[in-house]
Amino acid sequence: MKATGLYDPRFEHDACGVGFVLNLNGRAEHRIVEKGVEVLMNLLHRGATGADPDTGDGAGLLIQIPDGFFREEARRLGFALPEAGQYGVGFLFLPPGGKELADTKAGVQRILLEEGLCALGWREVPTDAQAVGPTARASMPSFWQVFAAEPKGKLAGDALERKLLVVRKRAEHELGRKAADHSPNAYAASFSCRTLVYKGMMIAPQVPKFYPDLTDARMVSAVAVVHQRYSTNTFPSWPLAQPFRMLAHNGEINTLRGNRNAMAAREPKLKSEAFGRDVEKLLPILEDFGSDSANLDNVLELLTLGGREIHHAMLMLIPQAWGSKYPMGPDLRGFFEYHAGLMEPWDGPAAVAFTDGRLVGASLDRNGLRPVRYAVTQDGFMVLASEAGVLDVPADQVAEKGSLRPGTMLLADLATGRLMKDAEIKMHLARRRPYRRWVEENHIAIHGFYGAVDAGDDADGPLATKHRLFGYTREDVRTILDAMAVKGAEPVGSMGSDQPLAVLSEKPQLFYWYFKQLFAQITNPPIDSIREELVMSLMTFLGHSPDILSESPAHAQLVKLQHPILSNADLARIQNLNRAGFQSATVKMDFDATAAAPGAALERGLAELCDRVLALVRADVNLIVLSDRDLPEGRAPIPALLATAAVNQALRETGFRTGTGLLIETGEARETMHMALLLGFGAAAINPYLAFATVAELVRTDALSVRTNAPRALQNYIKALNKGLMKIMSKMGISTLRSYRNGQVFEAVGLAQSVLDRYFTGTVSRVGGIGLDEIAREALARVADAQRAPTAAPLPAGGQYAWRADGERHLWTAQSISALQQSTRTGDWELYKKYAAQINDQAEKQSTLRGLFAIRPAGPAVPLDDVEPEEAIMRRFMTGAMSFGSLGQEVHETLAIAMNRIGGRSNSGEGGEDPARYVVGPDGANRCSAIKQIASGRFGVTAEYLNHAQELQIKIAQGAKPGEGGQLPGHKVTADIARVRHSTPGVTLISPPPHHDIYSIEDIAQLIYDLRCANDRAEISVKLVSEIGVGTVAAGVAKARADRVLISGYDGGTGASPLSSIKHAGAPWELGLAETQQTLVLNRLRDRIRVQTDGQIKTGRDVVIGALLGAEEFGFATAPLVVCGCMMMRKCHTNGCPFGVATQDPELRKRFAGKPEYVIQFFRFIARETRELMAQLGFRKFEDMVGRSDLLDTNKAVTFWKAQGLDFSAVFHRVDAQPEECRFTAPQPSPIGGALDYELLPQLEDALAGKKPAELKRNIRNVDRAVGTLISSRIARQHGHAGLPDGQITLEFEGSAGQSFGAFAAKGLTLTLRGEANDYLGKGLSGGRIVVTPAPGADFDPAQNTIAGNVLLYGATCGEVYLNGRAGERFAVRNSGAWAVVEGVGDHGCEYMTGGRVAILGPTGVNFAAGMSGGIAYVLDETGLFDAKCNLEMVDLEMLGPDDERELKGMIERHAQWTGSPRAKTILADWARWKDSFIKVLPMEYRLVLGQMSRDDAKTQREEKAKE
Amino acid sequence: MNPLPHYRSFFDLPRVDPGYRPVKERVRDWNEVEQHLAPDELARQAARCMDCGIPFCFGAGCPLKNPIPDMNAAVLENRWEDALQLVLTTCPYPEITGRICPALCEGSCCNAKDGDAVTIRQIEREIADRAFAEGRMLPRPVLPRNGLKVAVVGSGPTGLAAASDLNLWGFDVTVYESAKHAGGLLRYGIPDFKLEKWMVERRVDLFRQEGVRFECGVQVGADVSMDYLRRKFDGVLLACGAREPRNLKVPGRELKGIHFALDFLTRQNQVLGGELADVGGEWSAKGRDVVVIGGGDTGSDCVGTSVRHGAKSVTQIEILPKPPATRAGNNPWPDWPRILRSSSSHHEGCERIFATNTLAFEGDEAGRVYGIRCVQVEWKGRQPVAKPGTEFFQKADLVLLAMGFTGPEKGAPSADGLKNVWTAGDMATGPSLVVWAAARGHEAARQIAAALRAPVKA
Repeated sequence: MKATGLYDPRFEHDACGVGFVLNLNGRAEHRIVEKGVEVLMNLLHRGATGADPDTGDGAGLLIQIPDGFFREEARRLGFALPEAGQYGVGFLFLPPGGKELADTKAGVQRILLEEGLCALGWREVPTDAQAVGPTARASMPSFWQVFAAEPKGKLAGDALERKLLVVRKRAEHELGRKAADHSPNAYAASFSCRTLVYKGMMIAPQVPKFYPDLTDARMVSAVAVVHQRYSTNTFPSWPLAQPFRMLAHNGEINTLRGNRNAMAAREPKLKSEAFGRDVEKLLPILEDFGSDSANLDNVLELLTLGGREIHHAMLMLIPQAWGSKYPMGPDLRGFFEYHAGLMEPWDGPAAVAFTDGRLVGASLDRNGLRPVRYAVTQDGFMVLASEAGVLDVPADQVAEKGSLRPGTMLLADLATGRLMKDAEIKMHLARRRPYRRWVEENHIAIHGFYGAVDAGDDADGPLATKHRLFGYTREDVRTILDAMAVKGAEPVGSMGSDQPLAVLSEKPQLFYWYFKQLFAQITNPPIDSIREELVMSLMTFLGHSPDILSESPAHAQLVKLQHPILSNADLARIQNLNRAGFQSATVKMDFDATAAAPGAALERGLAELCDRVLALVRADVNLIVLSDRDLPEGRAPIPALLATAAVNQALRETGFRTGTGLLIETGEARETMHMALLLGFGAAAINPYLAFATVAELVRTDALSVRTNAPRALQNYIKALNKGLMKIMSKMGISTLRSYRNGQVFEAVGLAQSVLDRYFTGTVSRVGGIGLDEIAREALARVADAQRAPTAAPLPAGGQYAWRADGERHLWTAQSISALQQSTRTGDWELYKKYAAQINDQAEKQSTLRGLFAIRPAGPAVPLDDVEPEEAIMRRFMTGAMSFGSLGQEVHETLAIAMNRIGGRSNSGEGGEDPARYVVGPDGANRCSAIKQIASGRFGVTAEYLNHAQELQIKIAQGAKPGEGGQLPGHKVTADIARVRHSTPGVTLISPPPHHDIYSIEDIAQLIYDLRCANDRAEISVKLVSEIGVGTVAAGVAKARADRVLISGYDGGTGASPLSSIKHAGAPWELGLAETQQTLVLNRLRDRIRVQTDGQIKTGRDVVIGALLGAEEFGFATAPLVVCGCMMMRKCHTNGCPFGVATQDPELRKRFAGKPEYVIQFFRFIARETRELMAQLGFRKFEDMVGRSDLLDTNKAVTFWKAQGLDFSAVFHRVDAQPEECRFTAPQPSPIGGALDYELLPQLEDALAGKKPAELKRNIRNVDRAVGTLISSRIARQHGHAGLPDGQITLEFEGSAGQSFGAFAAKGLTLTLRGEANDYLGKGLSGGRIVVTPAPGADFDPAQNTIAGNVLLYGATCGEVYLNGRAGERFAVRNSGAWAVVEGVGDHGCEYMTGGRVAILGPTGVNFAAGMSGGIAYVLDETGLFDAKCNLEMVDLEMLGPDDERELKGMIERHAQWTGSPRAKTILADWARWKDSFIKVLPMEYRLVLGQMSRDDAKTQREEKAKE
Repeated sequence: MNPLPHYRSFFDLPRVDPGYRPVKERVRDWNEVEQHLAPDELARQAARCMDCGIPFCFGAGCPLKNPIPDMNAAVLENRWEDALQLVLTTCPYPEITGRICPALCEGSCCNAKDGDAVTIRQIEREIADRAFAEGRMLPRPVLPRNGLKVAVVGSGPTGLAAASDLNLWGFDVTVYESAKHAGGLLRYGIPDFKLEKWMVERRVDLFRQEGVRFECGVQVGADVSMDYLRRKFDGVLLACGAREPRNLKVPGRELKGIHFALDFLTRQNQVLGGELADVGGEWSAKGRDVVVIGGGDTGSDCVGTSVRHGAKSVTQIEILPKPPATRAGNNPWPDWPRILRSSSSHHEGCERIFATNTLAFEGDEAGRVYGIRCVQVEWKGRQPVAKPGTEFFQKADLVLLAMGFTGPEKGAPSADGLKNVWTAGDMATGPSLVVWAAARGHEAARQIAAALRAPVKA
């Protein structure tokens, strides 16, 4: 698929189900192939189909070469095969036929010959084209197996594998591309003497039908690696199906761009003993048509065939976390540190199954964001997959059941029949070579490095002049630097962003402002860089390793940078290193400030800069300091980012990139975003000398808002930068700076493509923008200002974060706010029109992209009376998701009442809702929010809450801070808020950055499934934030069968957020909406889903433009708040809203003066304006406008100099389709039709009505998901949160339960499961009881085995859970009230927990209790090492008191009673001895709230807080 | 260290005004009547500023666009020099506006929506006063001279603001003033008890030190011609004010003892400035029943001046009805609140009569006024209608007409049809406040610089 309009196949993502089956003893059997296919079938629900339901995104399996089968086939075809291992089989996807096919086959044969091999014969693979869907058929290649060998049999094993790789690469490179998907004419699914891959564009059940080979009994293998793909788009191609040649990957490489850049940079100097001169034929290593997984496979193959064992190579690519906070031994840390110098991590969620045909393994990324479960039978059969229960393994044959933990690996050696676990594998590898010693002895130590920070004396001229030269404003100093220096954190703001985009601002903009951060949504999760800091790393190296295919002590000769911000002294230390490999030179990044043509001068400056750098690196200088310090008269600084990117590019093009460290000494960079951009485009470290000097000056003049000393202020500033950097990285799901560096995870808004292509290759600006000339003019404006302004004069105000008369323009001004408030209070239409004109009429001064749009009429104007009425239009309006907690109760209810009256919808936001509002008030007012939001904190998300909604909205991201979580500090958690959120008053509530049940696209399908079960009358919507690639994510959402997708602009958002996120993350909705519309229509998915947009929508014109770009519905948040009295104080985060809108302060709330009538009046005005515009444009019905982007045009009247380069043609592009394919016309069928609960419900009617208790028994399989949830929804509807009496409904299951077992289970429901459970058990538990025990007959020790998956009890509010076995990662995450007993948990147990009790009768993983602010956990600590695994930031560990003992004993007794757990019985039998081995984990804040903290203790804590 | 602002400081801390010196004391002298806030109280007042996302104080209120929240923050954080430099970016004479401005900013202060405004004017006054007291109010650096010459005619608030800007940007500026001293209405209109004359002189001196030339006692049109100015200068700015008073054409207007307010006030200011020995018996209110016609600021200044002269009684008549105590429905925040305001002078002994029209002046045999026939009016739309039977007689032997101004004085120079001659301030836009005059002076300076293609400071 080619890029059209805003759709670009580069932005596709995939995720999937993955797994393998094998015989540990290495015996090849057909049974393994059959089981592999069966696993595939049972992972079907993790895959997806597009508009064509029969065409899958891809499925396949990798097996060993069935020598016997091929030998007979060859004989049949008339050729003979040499001994097994001496011939290779290439499974080729070739052109369908004709000359092209013949040419390609001939080409392959030629290449084989040239490489000294011969083609023994060809076999056309039998296929049944009818087995796959029409879309797959249309792009189907022909399928061939070619058999190749060295004629004299001299090559076998690894040597033959290497030769086959050379052949494959050459065939890919030399034989042309297929028009359909740009893949090579000769694409080899596999080409190996050991392994064979059958795959294609299909869904699991089609695989054996399509490839009859697979059902042939002669098709034997000891291993089958399988993969079912779910991609976000509907243009999967045959080659992109998995497994690849060595791996199958469920996940996403977030750092792909950086990894690709790094690999490309390595290629010129790539050397290999194993490949010899052949290595050049492998280049480029990475397939440009391939996906991230394909590229990962390419490198794995290179490293493995280059001489490392496959698991060693895998650990280089996807290393576990090994930072100082991670508990591990020195040898292993040495191993990882050594390899860190060789290869940056391929970072992102990943469950990988890999094999070279002899070793078979699986590994998980450091965050463990994909589930992997396995079972081994007593006879050595093993199955491993994304879920437990994909194969029926009789309980009495199971030897072991387990799950992979974050960063761990599992390896089966088919030759020796051994199954190796993580510790064994890693210890072997760590001791292969003395890596630890190599690192210690060779790393370059610098005395005093990263010691105390000193700004030094900046004697050269007054700061004010430099400030002006680099565009400092008062806000930079007072708002940004002050906060960072005082608090060590970035400042926080509220109420979104309404200033012009950089390209539309008449103030000279820093070059950084033309870029926007990208962030993860849905296809992979953002990371919590605070609570899960142990996986994060800002460490980088200076220096480089000569090549990645060998290892020697010299590889460790590196300078280790703890973080990328260098003090002046540290920069000097590096500059003075002066040793081989670390020769440094400083190059000024400047250009002629006096030239008549600034653009040309800048271009010349950049060229000269690159030339100077290249000359230096050719002379063996390998540390380049780009500096804008002390520029000579007549020279202007080149924007540091532009200079860095240009040099980066020049180094890459000349092959010097890997060998050169770029250090940036700049007065320009000061904010986190600036640092992130410099690093993202190639810098290794930054010395922001002017920011340092400014902070020091603030301290010296006592001008900081809080007095402190200079070293501390500077340390704080650096700390804030580092924290901010981690936040920016983690937003994208990236954990390490080494892979973020040069990763370019930004999009540009408002830069000319020519500039991007030249200096920022690969970065995209979808609307064009300014070129070098304008960039230079902005730089020169600053130079002129520096020369002219007297030094005593204050800096310009800035006005980005608060309105200033001489600052940036804002759409919200005193005038527009007054006009809007007055008009809606008095019903003054003329005054409203004045308001709308202030917003809409941007003929001279634009703030938004839509401000530059002109609308052409669709036809002659129609009489106003013919246009559909205001009432109909108002039904398309929503208010934004703003929680009760961020907003006061009054305004929250005002909005709900207003929206219910006009038939629009208000949104609960993420803080739950008071059940009192579910009932219409005595005044007839309906205060119930029609939309109930499900956000990552899951606060107050109960079965009852979900059943009082017309729409359930999954908030993936919010405009103000996409990819970030939030926090409601304890002091704001009033009794009311705590009640509604089912938490404890005074206890801080943390919303994690990701939904812990959405790590991938298949997970959102699961959550949608769960929510449909939780309320089968509600519509499901998914809220995304506009960014490049959001269209493909929306396609994935459509495939996950949501009813509605919301595209939010970056600029909207009322919530408190870091200022850098408000301003720099995400894109305007115009871009995201247009991309979504185009991608959905192109994929024929648009008709099945509604599209909504929001983000600073203020007028009817905004609505019309949104409709033309493809939206059917519109969200408003800021404007209705303004109508209710908000004055854009932007102080929501302080609780000090003087107008009683965004405050919980009872006194301030009294000042609230809004009324539902005003809000209704506002929407009526918006509808009226919309209607008038529709009449002018010739539209009678709103739906006719939807998607008519062809009517939009660039406003030619706009003459603003910087806007001249903008080109909206891609935004206005309209995909050719019928009108009904361009808007919502065909509701999706519900995915829950076949849910198990529907079978049970008829038998439970009486019990549900509260009559006779009922008890049912059933078998259950992993495809039965969210069992018990529909039943719970009936309980909640009929009986509310109080539910039914205990024991009213009991359901007993046997087997492997699918995901979300007992999700939102309500009170009165008991679910018992004999077998095992998958992920998300007890999600949102609302009072029910869940009991899981091993299947009857199991003879393993339950306490040693995994019985349930990851992320259990997420957001549970009450209920009980008893697990007779271990659970996976993130047990009881964000639990706020459930009581649970389990016999061991993985990493991040009890994360973000705010209430409830958890008893763990076994081991825990690392990072226990991170972000835990409430509740209590009792942990059995037999080894005495629990404190090392617990995150002690927020909790105390202590011995049990008498009350605790009683409580815990009661829990264990109930556990024994419900599960019969032998472990529980052992403990109870000798309670006096065991009880002292338990540790109580008590959050400090919780203790304070419980009144158990001494006054002195509390005081120290408060002081600590104040210091923060 | 000043108090750290709390999220609710604006609510918890009450507004405190410094108040005035006791009436008994202050009416015996001409000195400034307003007192100062104690330093810690001023800091508390600064802490009441909410640092609004949209500061209506200057987003809607202040015509000069003083960066008020930044100034308040600087004061709160003890950064007095920062505060001074901030206010000087927009206000040419903060010690003056800090005294006599009605503080439009405070009317639009977000805190005034549901409570009391921040004491913005007091803070501004203190910023300037401290700078003078600490010797920090120094002549400011001037851009290199650009070789362009501009004449400014009139040294009132508009002329001074424009001259100051142009001078700082490197123009060679000469201010022509017909009176003996520079300052215009600041010097001759406003009584000392609101703004002492030496403060105006001090500011003019600063402008002089920065490079502005003042030619006082020179009447353009008489002493020098417009042609001369246009030949000698690259640009001429006329800022002669709107000094033509509105007359009251009723029977008896020709009687002795009826004066225009500004003439009355000017004479007093000339006395205090040493230009006149005394106001002269005809102009003195001592022992007289004074009636001030017109309820505005000028009228109020007449009241205070008359009281200090030793008037027997002072009565102020206003044709408009008595404004409400709080905002009326059609006068919402952030508009300027049209409410009853009482100046310091009103508290010094004065009767205020509203909704009253003057029918005629009654004179004695000597041809001097001894009373006024008045009638109460009712407002029908924009028309005052006399209420039958409400006529009354008001005794008066000094009548001061303070009914506003209609435009430039007769004989004032005109820019009509002349290239590179501009008009600004009250002269162009009609009578207004000092702060508006200053804002228009800035605007004129920018226009002139743009027209003469000279760079200005950012």
